[in-house]
Amino acid sequence: MKSLSEFLSMGGYGAYVWSAYGICTAIMVWNVVQARSQARQTVQRIKKRLQQGNNSQ
Amino acid sequence: MWTFFHRLASPPYFYGLSGRLLPWLAWLTAGLLAGGIFSGLVLAPTDYQQGDSYRIIFIHVPSAWMSLFIYVVMAASGVIGLIWRIKLAEIVSTVSAPIGAWFTFIALLTGSLWGKPMWGTYWVWDARLTSELVLLFLYLGVIALYTAIEDPRKGARASAILALVGVINIPIIHFSVEWWNTLHQGATVSRIGAPAIDISMLIPLLTMALAFKLYYVCLLLLRTRSVVLQRERNSAWVREELLGT
Repeated sequence: MKSLSEFLSMGGYGAYVWSAYGICTAIMVWNVVQARSQARQTVQRIKKRLQQGNNSQ
Repeated sequence: MWTFFHRLASPPYFYGLSGRLLPWLAWLTAGLLAGGIFSGLVLAPTDYQQGDSYRIIFIHVPSAWMSLFIYVVMAASGVIGLIWRIKLAEIVSTVSAPIGAWFTFIALLTGSLWGKPMWGTYWVWDARLTSELVLLFLYLGVIALYTAIEDPRKGARASAILALVGVINIPIIHFSVEWWNTLHQGATVSRIGAPAIDISMLIPLLTMALAFKLYYVCLLLLRTRSVVLQRERNSAWVREELLGT
């Protein structure tokens, strides 16, 4: 089993490997977070509109 | 089979089914991603030529595959929307464009971070790299065209035509490593005969490829659901879905 520092250094390529994985993870997480908040906002907005429509009738 | 597709194209059916499927798909994706990253970074052996730098392959190749796959999905669903005027197909097409653009960006970026230690440069105007960059511009063009046209349905039709024209680039990207003498290495997995990659590296690679594909499906469903709800906001089924009356 390799030590943690050995693992992090990636045989000297740590900077390249970790930045590739880091940026990829950041992009993929951001996309999900953004899509989820958009989905929530859409539901909230339409719900509010429908409820207001109910009251005015 | 056809009746299933017919039912799937109906917004209320799609909304209900995708809502039930999404949590399962999301957990499956998360599990595969965790397993793929762990086996790629920890379990897979160090490459005898490239050392540990090759581990970028486990995100680079799956995202490059996704950049092509999503483009084909975008163009095909765009054409289905054009011909049969199926709203859901139009939405799938337009929602796919930004996801595909992100995967293209990841493929280019991780490739460049892999190229620096191995080729000594972040970028070369090599056929594979250049055609992949053209793919990014095609995606951006489709997104720009769609957002520039106010009526979403007209926008979807215009961008579907642009996407269809751009399909010519897909075989160019795939065969670029054979047609031109490029710096980029040739195909290692999808070639006739056995893949030129050891099983201990192939398993994490295919796990990541499957995980990325499921990630796309999850994101696609999530975003399509929002657009469907927004477009159908005045219909009875949306009222029933959201207010229960």
